[in-house]
Amino acid sequence: MNIIVCIKRVPETADADVSIGKSGKDIDKSGLAFDLNEWDGYAIEEAILLKEKLGGTVTVLSMGGEDSNESLRKCLAMGADDAVRLTDPAFEGSDGYATAKILAEAIRQIPYDFIFTGTQAEDDGYGQVGVVLAELLGIPHAALVNRLEIQDKKAKVHRELEGGLEEVFEIDLPAVLTIQTGINEPRYVSIMGIRKVAKKEIKTLGASGLNLKAEEVGVAGSDIQLEKIFLPPVGEGAEMLEGKPEEIAAKVFDILKDKGGLA
Amino acid sequence: MKEIIVLAEHRRGELRDVTWEMLSKARQLAESVGAEIGVALLGKGVNQLAEVLKPKAHRVLLIEDDRLEAYNSETYEKVLTQVITERKPFLTLIAHTAMGMDIAPSLAAHLKIPLATDCIGIDSAGETFSLTRQLYGGKVNATVSFLKKGPYMVTVRAGAFPVVEKDALPGEMVKLPSPLTDEGLAKRFLQYVEAAVGEVDITQADILVSVGRGIKEADNIPMVKEFADAIGGTLSCSRPVVDKKWLPKDRQVGTSGKTVKPKVYIAIGISGAFQHVAGMKGAGTVIAINKDPKAPIFSVATYGIVADLFKLVPVLKDKVKEFRQK
Repeated sequence: MNIIVCIKRVPETADADVSIGKSGKDIDKSGLAFDLNEWDGYAIEEAILLKEKLGGTVTVLSMGGEDSNESLRKCLAMGADDAVRLTDPAFEGSDGYATAKILAEAIRQIPYDFIFTGTQAEDDGYGQVGVVLAELLGIPHAALVNRLEIQDKKAKVHRELEGGLEEVFEIDLPAVLTIQTGINEPRYVSIMGIRKVAKKEIKTLGASGLNLKAEEVGVAGSDIQLEKIFLPPVGEGAEMLEGKPEEIAAKVFDILKDKGGLA
Repeated sequence: MKEIIVLAEHRRGELRDVTWEMLSKARQLAESVGAEIGVALLGKGVNQLAEVLKPKAHRVLLIEDDRLEAYNSETYEKVLTQVITERKPFLTLIAHTAMGMDIAPSLAAHLKIPLATDCIGIDSAGETFSLTRQLYGGKVNATVSFLKKGPYMVTVRAGAFPVVEKDALPGEMVKLPSPLTDEGLAKRFLQYVEAAVGEVDITQADILVSVGRGIKEADNIPMVKEFADAIGGTLSCSRPVVDKKWLPKDRQVGTSGKTVKPKVYIAIGISGAFQHVAGMKGAGTVIAINKDPKAPIFSVATYGIVADLFKLVPVLKDKVKEFRQK
């Protein structure tokens, strides 16, 4: 079972105070920590679990600058065999569609049975790349997969729907699955683990190595473009409770009595 | 006349709410640019659904086939390719849901139509559209434009557009032939699997104390549980807590979990991503505790507390216990 996993390095913003950067087109990333996109952590774990069970190789792909090596190395430390970084100034400004074109050309050079991506990325949240990849490669796909069983040349996949419901499909291989969080428990990678793979080669491929023309990638090869970003309107907003913890507790107690029927 | 096509989303015999939201948005866009609305309904034995859709569109584009009984991206792609190729709508709207996320990107790529996903705003701008999306889990919004000429496809976030009642439209029934054959599929629907029933039903609680990513470790959950117990509340959570297996799935509030309407909802360490908010916006009173003053949860909360939950929650627990004894 040879599996390709497409990953992305993203800034961690869940707990961060986010502000608009000078360009007005992205957030100010100075001072933010970066990590492997949360969904991709589950995708790489699922690939490694399959490899451990059935043998084969796991190749991890990422489009991005040298910084992305950090996330690729994390995947190697988790158990991936090879890492390839797709990088070229011409890739700058690629939207989800252009990114999928770039990944698809790299994938055509590698033998595979399965391609995993995260369902979406924490930063731009297109939720698009994996499914477009399948179309470009002419193979079936399933998005939002939260359970997977391999049965010879096919797989049984559960797709997460709304309200706790799941739908089960049988899908022929090779196929693209976009992996949903919670499908497994991504293994912890120690600093020692990262050190062990520090010397491992990370191959790079650019537009020419992928047989892509400049007009097929970057802004020229994209369907959409970001014009500007802004902080979401706050709406009416909450009445803020301030004071010492004891004072806040008294207010919360009053609210619970008044609105929650607390006796 | 120009046409906007809306893909009706339905599951197990019921139209999903987002269908009405898309039709309302389509109506507003159609009126502003002088277009008509065609609602595409794919299924088996869905005549009743077609009837209720009629007043919301100029026509119902009905494609019935036994092979369309359950959603499958492969059959949907074949049918919608035919519909869009023949009718050439200048805009196709699909929901950014578990279904839309599975079909729209491949359909748009197949048809070579520019696609913008998960939009919360769509404004016509001459021959094209200006779109609003969210980035970084809802912490910032972005204005996005198309770089190519239409036709276009947009996927719409559930809950982003209100349902507006308007005069009925003609709703002409247009039955279209199905292009599907008995040719084998590479992807075959097997069954639905229901969520497991848990020990508690969080949808029945008057007071929910909900914990999110901010709790950091499984070992910290009991602290919140003790607070919930102290106020007679039930413990619930947001998605990351379930993903990490710290609490079972039946405790999850949100799009992929449960929709709750307690009298009081206390969100602790929950940033307020839309998937979570969609599940709790019906709560009577919302108290949010978060250390980030810009957390989106504060825009839906009734009361907000900017605080370190590890310092505040134990005090809340002790003080509330004390007050209750008085």
